[in-house]
Amino acid sequence: MDKMPRWADVILVPIINIFLAFIVAGLVVLAIGYNPFDMVYWMIKGSLGSSTGIGYTLYYATNFIFTGLAFSVAMHAKMFNIGGEGQAAIGGLGAALVLLAVPWPHWTLALPFAILGAGVFGAAWAAVPAYLQAKRGSHIVITTIMFNFIGASLLVFLLNGVLKKPGQQAAETATFFEGAQLPTFHDMLAPFGIAFSKNAPANVTFLVALLAAVLVWLLIWRTRLGYQIRAFGHSESATAYAGISSIRITMMAMLISGGLAGLMAINVVMGEAERMVLGFVEGAGFMGIAVALMGRNHPFGIVLASLLFGMLNQGGFELLWEMPGMSREMVIVIQALIIIFTGALVNMTRDPLERLFIRMNTRAT
Amino acid sequence: MRPQQAAASAIELRGISKAFGPVQANKDISINVAKGSVHGIIGENGAGKSTLMSILYGFYKADAGEIFINGQKTVITDSQAAIAAGIGMVFQHFKLVENFTVLENVILGVENGPMLRDSLDNAREALKHLAEEYELDVDPDAVVQDLSVGHQQRVEILKALYRRADILILDEPTGVLTPAEADHLFRILRNLKEEGKTIILITHKLREIMNVTDTVSVMRRGEMLDTVTTAETSPEDLAERMVGRKVLLRVDKKPAKPGDVVLNVENLKVVDTFGVERVKGISLNVRAGEILGVAGVAGNGQSELLEVLGGFHKATGKITVNGQEIDLTGKFSDGQSRRARGIAHVPEDRQAEGLIMEFTAWENMVFGYHHAAEYQSGLLMNNAGIKTIAAEKMERFDVRPRNPMLAAKNFSGGNQQKIVLAREMERDPDLLLVGQPTRGVDIGAIEFIHQQIIALRDQGKAILLVSVELDEIMSLSDRIAVMFDGQIMGERLPEETNEQDLGLLMAGITERKGANHG
Repeated sequence: MDKMPRWADVILVPIINIFLAFIVAGLVVLAIGYNPFDMVYWMIKGSLGSSTGIGYTLYYATNFIFTGLAFSVAMHAKMFNIGGEGQAAIGGLGAALVLLAVPWPHWTLALPFAILGAGVFGAAWAAVPAYLQAKRGSHIVITTIMFNFIGASLLVFLLNGVLKKPGQQAAETATFFEGAQLPTFHDMLAPFGIAFSKNAPANVTFLVALLAAVLVWLLIWRTRLGYQIRAFGHSESATAYAGISSIRITMMAMLISGGLAGLMAINVVMGEAERMVLGFVEGAGFMGIAVALMGRNHPFGIVLASLLFGMLNQGGFELLWEMPGMSREMVIVIQALIIIFTGALVNMTRDPLERLFIRMNTRAT
Repeated sequence: MRPQQAAASAIELRGISKAFGPVQANKDISINVAKGSVHGIIGENGAGKSTLMSILYGFYKADAGEIFINGQKTVITDSQAAIAAGIGMVFQHFKLVENFTVLENVILGVENGPMLRDSLDNAREALKHLAEEYELDVDPDAVVQDLSVGHQQRVEILKALYRRADILILDEPTGVLTPAEADHLFRILRNLKEEGKTIILITHKLREIMNVTDTVSVMRRGEMLDTVTTAETSPEDLAERMVGRKVLLRVDKKPAKPGDVVLNVENLKVVDTFGVERVKGISLNVRAGEILGVAGVAGNGQSELLEVLGGFHKATGKITVNGQEIDLTGKFSDGQSRRARGIAHVPEDRQAEGLIMEFTAWENMVFGYHHAAEYQSGLLMNNAGIKTIAAEKMERFDVRPRNPMLAAKNFSGGNQQKIVLAREMERDPDLLLVGQPTRGVDIGAIEFIHQQIIALRDQGKAILLVSVELDEIMSLSDRIAVMFDGQIMGERLPEETNEQDLGLLMAGITERKGANHG
């Protein structure tokens, strides 16, 4: 019945798209006078060539898994939650408050409470747009964008005021208690005799992200709530017939989405910086949209796409270092090309590929 | 009676083929429609009728084949070319500008100059002639949205004739008409035929084919099977050709044995989101073991009645089920509460309401009942169990293909409807609401669906049937209520009424003695 085998749709199409993106990016690099193969070499070496590189790649990937999952849960209910950026920022506030309030004796105790703080704050930041959408019909795209700005401004206000560490210039909180330090990959792998770079920020939050991906998969495809969220996303009129409350589903999907976005802060605020720094989200909220698009809103796809985008991020930084004259903007151009090809232009390759498969099928029968 | 002019053909198609991806919608189709005849095209949903007509009107380009209009080979690239070739089309869903007057709609696209005055005067003159000639009277200055559906359809015909159409194609023209309006339409068609116009009528109603056509073509699975002279065939014969096997057109049922009142509706009023009162204080009841059929032209409040009973529309009044009042406005006026009270609902629009088209058959099999205890396993849903149950229900309701993993959108209309019926009937409800049970359903499946509804009645369940198909109402119902403009115009017993009687009620005319003319 399906026009194209599923593996082709899920695996082949993204691979072709990434390949196309690299060709176009290569042409751009060629045009400004660099060797495109050098670009690919340094990006891969920079992101996967050393345990430091891998550690950074995984660190970025962790952020994208959370924000990608966040976007996908809302998307299953047909809501375009563009507010991951703000929800992650406010999630950081929640985590920071928890971690500053109590002198935590050990990270195993601190982590669950920090997750709770980040999740609840992130969810709360999504709750207002969700309520306005559910009850008043205010468009979620508009309200969540606005809440990104409000959230950013709120953090500027707090980090320059009550939360700022006394006696310093930078807009950041005091460093958290040492007991709340999360183990890095270096710490985790050392007992097994595996040497992992001490400088890489990848930490135990990566495992939390993988666990979150499994839980989201269970939620969407195995629970009643997930069933209702998907039904609502496909047909609002049918859910009205079935007696599924649109208000409840809108709220639940957005709260879960906001909570997941908030968890991204655990990785950065608790796992890496060990304090909250202004602007720590660094676009990961928006990157989540691209990740979810590429991962087809499926947790497994999102994890894979996050790893790829983590590589691009880390490889891009490496490029700046290794290819003098390569500007930060150029790196962003390359990343943007990949996002365009894997997200926005998916159908460009899918449709011809589908026709190809149909032709092959009709010839076979 | 009249000798066929064998030589003059208005339309001749030779070897038309059209494929959409792997689906062959039209396979090597050849027909010949004589000038000045009424030609019917029948076939089940998806047989390729609409595709063929879309090719003729320039919406699709055929992969192969030739079109001859009046003996001339014609290439129809778009609808402009079709109009130039003298083809006019009346679509099932009218293509009128609702807030324009009739005249403005008629001249739209064929204005002769930048100023409208001339065109409007021309059209007014032309419309006057057409009205006299063909009984096509419409007030030229009326705004289209104020006209009845029957009159809107006349505007569509006028539009085609004003563009000098010689060949008129009508796609399911009577779906939205009362029987009286349909009769009037057929009179118009006969008049047009007398004037030498050629008419192609696409319909799934066998009675209409028998009534007005001279010749009829039967399509099945993209192929043109036969073209026969209408006088030499019968509805049973046509149905068999359409489906490919013998079909029972009548419904066999024993007399009903009505029990206690299950559903009682008193003074029900429904106001829609625009503040318009759609149901104006109706009262009715349905007993156990009987089918109450609600007849009426679409849009006269039947949908709102079903929506209120199904729990997704607010209302005022009093409704009791098994003697207990149900909530019409508050927290318990939703689908879940209705199901808990033993009300099952096969909604009018299965694609928008009854099913999630992207969901698999097994997921759809519990839609609305997904809270039921047997579908849970701890915190998760019991997917494996649901799949097994779904497969059994698909077996019992003969859903084809029998694959619970297939998405609902990949089933045919009839099989989609069987999925909804299986889900709702197998929950053992006290009251079953059924809206348009066989809309867009092929003849073979209609037979099965009707049998299932009768079987449920014979189990002693109360059934409220809403349908715009008068035949269906007449053959299934034990009692018939006719709705017009949000009110019940009257109740009849099927054996004591006929189509004319019901038709008058559907048009809002109650003094049937006075209006009983020939």
